[in-house]
This record gives sequence, structure tokens and C-alpha cells, in this order.
Amino acid sequence: MVNHDGGRDVKLSCRNVWKIYGDNSDSFFMDQDGKVDDLQEHVNKILQSDHIVANADVSFDVYAGEIFVIMGLSGSGKSTIVRCLSRLVEPTAGDIILDGENLLEKSADELIEIRRHKMGMVFQSFGLMPHLNVIDNIAFPLKLQGIEKAERYSQAERVIELVGLQGRESNFPNELSGGQQQRVGIARSLAVEPDIWLLDEPFSALDPLIRKRMQDEFLRIQSKLQKSIVFITHDFQEALRLADRMAIMRDGMIVQIGRPVDLILNPVDDYVREFTKDVSWESVLCASDVCQKTSGSLKGLGRVSADTQIDSLLGYLAKNKNGVAVEAEDGTVLGIATATGVLAALANGSSVPPAKVKVTK
Amino acid sequence: MKLKVDRGFFAWLFIILSTLVLIFLQDHLKWLSTYPKELIIPFDHWLNLGMGFLITYFGWFFMGVSWLLEWPIDGVRFVLQSLPWSVVSFLICVFAFIAAGWRLALFALISCMYMVVIGYWSESMNTLSLVAISVPLAVLIGFGFGVWAFQSQAAKRIILPMLDIFQTVPAFAYLLLILMLFGFGTVVGLIASILYSFPPMARNVLVGLGRVPAEVIESGLMSGATNRQLFWQVRIPSTKRQLLLGVNQTTMASLSMVIIASIIGGTADIGWEVLSQIRKAQFGESLLAGLVIALMAILIDRATYGFAKNSSTYQPRSSMASWRYSLIAIAGAAIFFLLSSLIPALDIWPRELEINLARGMNEGLEYIIINYRAAIETIKTMAFFFIMLPAKIGLQGSVSPFTWGFELQTWHSFSYAIVLTGFSIWCGIRFNMQLGFMILLFAIFFFIGLTKMPWPAIMIIYTYIAWRLGGLTLAIGTFFGLCFLVVSGIWPEAMLSLYLCGIAVILSFLFGSGLGIWAAHNSTVSAILRPINDTLQTMPLFVILIPFVMIFKIGEFTALLAIIAYAIVPAIRYTEHGLRNLPEGVIEAAEMMGCSKQQLLWTVKIPLALPVMMLGLNQTIMYGIAMLVIAALVGTNGLEQIVYIGLSDGNFGLGLIAGIGLAIIAMTADRMTQAWSYKRQKDLDLQID
Repeated sequence: MVNHDGGRDVKLSCRNVWKIYGDNSDSFFMDQDGKVDDLQEHVNKILQSDHIVANADVSFDVYAGEIFVIMGLSGSGKSTIVRCLSRLVEPTAGDIILDGENLLEKSADELIEIRRHKMGMVFQSFGLMPHLNVIDNIAFPLKLQGIEKAERYSQAERVIELVGLQGRESNFPNELSGGQQQRVGIARSLAVEPDIWLLDEPFSALDPLIRKRMQDEFLRIQSKLQKSIVFITHDFQEALRLADRMAIMRDGMIVQIGRPVDLILNPVDDYVREFTKDVSWESVLCASDVCQKTSGSLKGLGRVSADTQIDSLLGYLAKNKNGVAVEAEDGTVLGIATATGVLAALANGSSVPPAKVKVTK
Repeated sequence: MKLKVDRGFFAWLFIILSTLVLIFLQDHLKWLSTYPKELIIPFDHWLNLGMGFLITYFGWFFMGVSWLLEWPIDGVRFVLQSLPWSVVSFLICVFAFIAAGWRLALFALISCMYMVVIGYWSESMNTLSLVAISVPLAVLIGFGFGVWAFQSQAAKRIILPMLDIFQTVPAFAYLLLILMLFGFGTVVGLIASILYSFPPMARNVLVGLGRVPAEVIESGLMSGATNRQLFWQVRIPSTKRQLLLGVNQTTMASLSMVIIASIIGGTADIGWEVLSQIRKAQFGESLLAGLVIALMAILIDRATYGFAKNSSTYQPRSSMASWRYSLIAIAGAAIFFLLSSLIPALDIWPRELEINLARGMNEGLEYIIINYRAAIETIKTMAFFFIMLPAKIGLQGSVSPFTWGFELQTWHSFSYAIVLTGFSIWCGIRFNMQLGFMILLFAIFFFIGLTKMPWPAIMIIYTYIAWRLGGLTLAIGTFFGLCFLVVSGIWPEAMLSLYLCGIAVILSFLFGSGLGIWAAHNSTVSAILRPINDTLQTMPLFVILIPFVMIFKIGEFTALLAIIAYAIVPAIRYTEHGLRNLPEGVIEAAEMMGCSKQQLLWTVKIPLALPVMMLGLNQTIMYGIAMLVIAALVGTNGLEQIVYIGLSDGNFGLGLIAGIGLAIIAMTADRMTQAWSYKRQKDLDLQID
């Protein structure tokens, strides 16, 4: 059974997942499906009995080949939820569906098999084996599977090339820089050719310049491999750069899920708005976000595709009063983007209080 | 500043007043000064009965184990004894080279040559063979217990106290037990050394496994490791350094216990050699033999430590390297073997080539003693009259025309009382209340004398301090521990132990902290102190006794000096470490505020370093008690002497009770200082590893 959603395959699905820490964490759920009538009331009940709610009723789908980013501040439960997905942490209630099968019903042996072949994970502080050199670290998951040395080295060599660590094979982790260590971590998680790739704040321990470069690398690798990715970060800018879709978490709950632009245009509450307000809208909005439907003539108007970024259009709109026609992939015209329309959209996103304008007669 | 009057104040006041009342009453109520004989519970008698039962019904089992263990010892000894010394020395040098490079190899060569030339090769090999068997067994047992404690919380709750007991009950106390169960012979030394040396391994395994970073474990799991794979391929390798540190500590413990166990004789090893020379008052010989032990200890320590250190700096290296080493070892050994069949001196060093330094040393010593007798005697009597005697029986007992040159009059006592009360009140107001009360209490102790204090008073004070530092659990534990000392009838001896060890610890801590502060601010001093500390710390305890016995003869003063010499090391080390590893930001902030050097030291550095210094005090106490037990050999009167008497008289129960008594003193002191240190660490938000 494969779930379909708008024609796209759902790879991994997280449904009503709860993680409660405490002595009687199981006592709060009659059924294991984690569905409750009133979320906030249930959470309050658990908190009152001195238990810690790490995740509350977390649900999301990850489509095949997409980068799904979970963004939240420290203590928001994002690290716990990614560990629930791989069962490094055992969820208290809810379901984790991988390729149509419930991960939580798997036996320990089956779980080991799934981790060996379907999942790869990258850790914030790398989690490298200090006693193994680069190639042995990368080949470590293959070694656990009992694959011959020559075979696993040739497989490892392939991912070493992918992450650009050629010539470093015999170095030990303590001889590498942070960025290089994380390349090893990435290579190791890819060595078994997993379908689903979990990254827990992989670049947070790196300094900003390296982080930027690693993000580019990451996007390059993903464009080649097309994995289904869950990416955890506390950095909103990073989330914006990488995400196809993203979820914002707070207090163990998901606040909002959507494309980055959806979150920016329609934040559900002040918490989300707090993150989005410093984002420069012109770099996020596309032509399709600002165009208005028109029944008028399109004669003499230039045409741009729907995903054109606004900031690249500003020059053109300044000169062409009538605006530009925005067309979809199939050539149909979605509407007209004008300078006024863009200004209105940008005004919407401005976090600066409006200036006092004197009205003169 | 005003004196804060709160519950703590009244509690202290109550303690002081009740102490004074008890002191006053003990002249009238006899049972306050000495616990009545009729009420003593004969634990030692019961223990002896139990022991007899055990031997009668299960003796065959232990004798069987003993018979089994005899084999490998004999085997190793046979090999080491029959191989030419040149071959064994060569292999030791290669080993040292692999472990820590050229310098240690050179040191190994010099050490081996020394053993040969001085004529102690055969004795040294006997000791080495015992260590060679005991270490692997202890490491295995320690590893097993460590892993078990790591995997089961229930097991951990039982194993940790067990480790404490094995490490704090003096070995002399259970040597006899082993002797009675396993029979006379080398096996006694072996088993004693295993029992004493496996705990450090177990502790290191437990700590190491617990410290593997969570993400390393998780990445192992995500790589698809089974439980077994996770343990052997992730946990164990990533804690290798800690494991090797455990091996290092276990080896050192094993060596020191093999030496101590030779006290029962029959082993013809180097420890026995030292001991019998001391007994014959041949100090030159005993020092030469002691030096062999010291060299051996340093060599083994540096080599195993070298392995541990290397294990965390991985370098690209081909597997050829280890091949090459084994090849060199085998080839070299073969060459020396052939050579020694051609040149007999390489096989067995000829007697006439042995160098006897002992006579010269004895004569030199005699010269010193004869010429400086007056000075030596003065030092001894001064220390005895003005420090040791007052601490033991108080100013009221020790001040006399013979000692201090005048009779203690009532007005003396009064002015002592007034001056010190005034001083403690001033301290209480100026600094803090606790300090004031502590000084007052100390003044009372010094006047009455530790051994003349009524036992209920000491129990109240000690339990109260335990409660303040470690909470209710520690107070209850301390209280029952002290009760045991009272009802088993060893209280007076316990106080004698406490008095000797207490003076030694206080002096060690004062001088040690001073040296530590100096070393923390002066690299030259630090560089000079470090090798001295290293040597003192690796030196088996016997050896430290020797120079002091040579000069000051036997007696409590010698014991005191020997304890200080050993216990001062951690005080120096921890103080220097604490002061050198302070959070930089705080120091810089204080300097920017315009602190003078003195202010910086006393108002910033020392308060911040205090938790580490307290851990140093903790170690000073532990070292002090360890040395106290050995110092029983030079004539002391406390529990340690009972332990020793129990051993030589074959009274197992008596020795063990006294040993447990010492362990109680050690453990309560340990818990109190640790609790204090951790509390301060938490308050100051410091991280200490």
C-alpha cells in the first residue's frame, strides 16, 4: 500500500506521534494511535502529573524526493521527533509509516535490517567512530552487514568522491576539521544507499562560511541522488534555503507546515511571524505570488514564468508601467504582475511601522 | 558586618555547649570517657568462628583453586628465571620503546642493568612473574564487573560499594583470610593483589562506557548494529583510552600489593628482600632493594600509560609497523640467546662483578647520624612536645615543666579560653559563622586532646558535620559507622589512628597547597615538583618508609613524616591543577577591575579553585590512610597496629574488625569531602573532570 497525495508518493509519514518522558508515560493513552480529542487539554494533564512532553501529536508526511525541513528553537522537540522516525527514541504513541508499513510494529531484528538498508542519519556533532579512519568510518555500516573488505571499500570510495574527501581516506577523525568530519558523516550515512535520509542539525556545529558551503554541497548531492529527506535545523535562513516544505515546531507541537513562501505570506500566529518578519520578501516571493487576475488585453506585455523571483523583476517593472504577464509551465497566463502589485505585497511583509504622512490639500 | 543568628547558629551553639558539658561530666560518669567493657560486642570472636566453619567445610575448594593458580605462576617464573637476563632485558627495552619511545627504552635498559649489577635480578623476576599473572586476571575480572555494573542498575548498586570496600579495607586485614583459605605460598600474594587491583579497572570500564558520546552510539545504531556489534565495535573501541588507563592503574595497584603481600614471606621476591633488610636494620641494602621496586614501578607505569596516551592519537599507519616490532623482538631475543651461550656473563651475571654499594651507604648514614644527632633529636622532640603530644592528650596533659618548661596553671587555662573564644568570635563576625565555630571547636580539642575527648561528643560533632555536608543519608551512615567503632571496642585505637593521620593530613594539606600555589604561578617550581610528585606517587609505600626510618628510627614521628611525604602529593597536584585551570574570563574580568596579585589570588582564584582543592584534600586523606597502614611497621598504636598484630598473631577476626574500622574512617571522610566539593562546584557552576 502506497499513499498518494496529489500524485506524489508519500515516503514517510508521521501520524499523531507523542513522546512523553516520565515514570508512567504509557498511562496517558488508551490506544496506541495517539489521537486525542483536545490536544492542549491532554498536554496540560500530562504536564500536571510531572511528566515531560517532548512531542505532542506530531503529524506530517514526507514525499519521495523532497527536502522536508523541521525548524524549531532548542527544546522544541525537533531532535526527539527525528529520533522517533528512526526509533532511536521509542514514541509513546502514534504511528510511523515507512513505505506503507508501520515502523513501530517491527521487531528489533527487522528494525536493524531497515536501518541497514533504508535509512541514513547525520548527526550534529558528527558521531564518528574515533578509532576508525575515514574510509573505515564510512564503510562501518557495510562492515556491520558483513560485507567483504574489498567490496565495502569500493562502495565507500564512491561516496568519498561524492563528498569530495579523496586523499583523506587514511586520516582519523581527530585530524580533520569540523567541515571535513561532517563530510565523513554525510558519506557514511549515504554508503548504504538509503531511501530516507535524516539529518539532525548537520551544519549547526560549523562556522558560518563553512556552513554556507556545506549547504551548497548538500543541495548539489541531493540534486544527484533525489533522496527523501528530513532535515532538522534551528536556523530559519537555512530552512528557507533548503526546504521544499517545512514545519515549524514549538513546545513539542507542530505550529505550521507548508512551503517556505506559504509560511512567510500566511504565518498562522505571532510565533511564526517572529521568524518570518526579518526575511526580505523580494527574495522569497515569486511572480505568481504577486500577479493579479485580469480580463484585459495582454497585448504588448512581456512574459515571465511563474517561479521568477521578484527581486529579479524590479528593474523591468520600474520601466514598464503596465507590468508583465505571468505564465504557468503550460503557457497559460496566470495574471499580470505590476509595480503597484509588488509594492502592495512588499508593504504587507514590512515589519517597519508605517511612516506618518501629512495630508495636504 | 553582623553575625547572622539562624538555625545553623543555634545548632553549632548546641554542639559546643554539649561538648563542654560532656567533657565536664566525663570525670564523674566513667562510661562517657571509656565505653564499658561488658557492653563490647565480640564481632571478632564471631568472625573467627565463621572462619573456622568455612575452612572446615569448604577448605578443599579454596585449596583446589590455590593448586590451580600455582601452575601459571610457576610456569612464568620458570621462563623468566631460566632465560638469560640479557634476553629478558632486551625484550623489556623493546616493550618500553613501543610504549613510549627511546627515552623510556633507555630508562628500561638502565633499570635492568641496575637490577643485574646490584644482584637482585632473580628476586625482581619473581616479583615480575607474580605481577604478570595477577594483572591479566585482575583486568579480566575488573572488566567483567565494570560491564555488569554498566548494564544493570541493580548490579551497580551492589558492585560500587564492594569496590569501595576492597580499596579501603587495608590489605593486611584480609591477607590473613587469604592465607587461611588458600594456604601458605605465592598464591596469597596473587589473590591479594587481584582483590586489590581489579577495582580500578572496574571503575574505569564503568566510567569509560558511560562517557561514550550519545551520538556515537546513535550513529552505531543507525548503521544497523546489533547489540553485540554495538558493544564490541562501537562502545569498547571508543572507550579504549579509558580502558588502558584502567590497565595502568590496575598494574600499579597489583605491583604495590605484591610487594605488600610479601610481608608473609615465602616468595623470595624483592618486597621480601626490602622488608627483611629493614628488619635487620640494614638500611643501605633495604634502600638499594627499594630502588629496584621504584624503578620497576616507574617503568611499568610509564609504559602502560604510554599505551593509553597513544591510543587516542590515531595516525595513518600501516599494519607493517607491528609486524616489524615483533620481528625485531624475536630476532633480537634469538641473538642475545645465542650470545649468552657464548658469553656466560650475559646469561647469569657473575657474583664477583656485582657492586655492593650498601656498605658505603651504611657508613655514610652512620656518619650523618653521629654528627647531626643533636639536630635530629631536637627536631623530633620539638615536634613531639609541641604538636603531637598536645593533639593526642591535649594541652592539659602535655604542658609540664619537662616538656614546655612550665606548669600549667589555672590562669593559663583561663587566658587560653578567653583569647581563643575572642578570636573565634572575631572570625565568626569578620568572615563567617562556620569558621568561628570551627576554630572554637579546634581550640577545645587541642586543650583536651583527641584521645581524652568523651566518645559521645566526637560522635555528635562528626555526625553533625556529615549532616551539614552530605545530608541525612551521609549523617545516618556516619553515625552507624561510628557506633560500630564504639561497640566493637576499638574506639580508643581509632582515635589514635585519627590523631596521627589527622595531623599528617592537616600538615600535608597546608604545605601541599602552599607548594601548589607556588607551582601554579612559577613554571620553574612546577617543573621541579612534577617529577618528584610522579616518583612519590608511583613508589610502593614500603620504599617511602625507608629513608625516614634510617634517620629518625622507628616511632610515631617517623610514621608521621612518611605519611606526609606520601599524602602531600595530591595536595600539591590538585591545588596547582585547580589554579591553572580557572575560567579565563573571570580572571581577565578581575584583572580589568584592577585586582592586585594578592587580591586576585585570595578573592578570586582560591575561592574558585576550592572545589578542586577539596578533591585534593579528599585524596590527601585517602593517601594518608593508605600510608598509615604501612606505617604500622615502624611502630604506631592505632587501628593499623591492631590490623598488623592480627596478621602476625593469626587472629583473623581482630585484624578484620580493625581493618573495617579504618575503612569506616576512610569512607566517611571521603564522602564528606566529596559532598562538599560537589556542592561548591554546583554553586559556582564549574565543570571539573
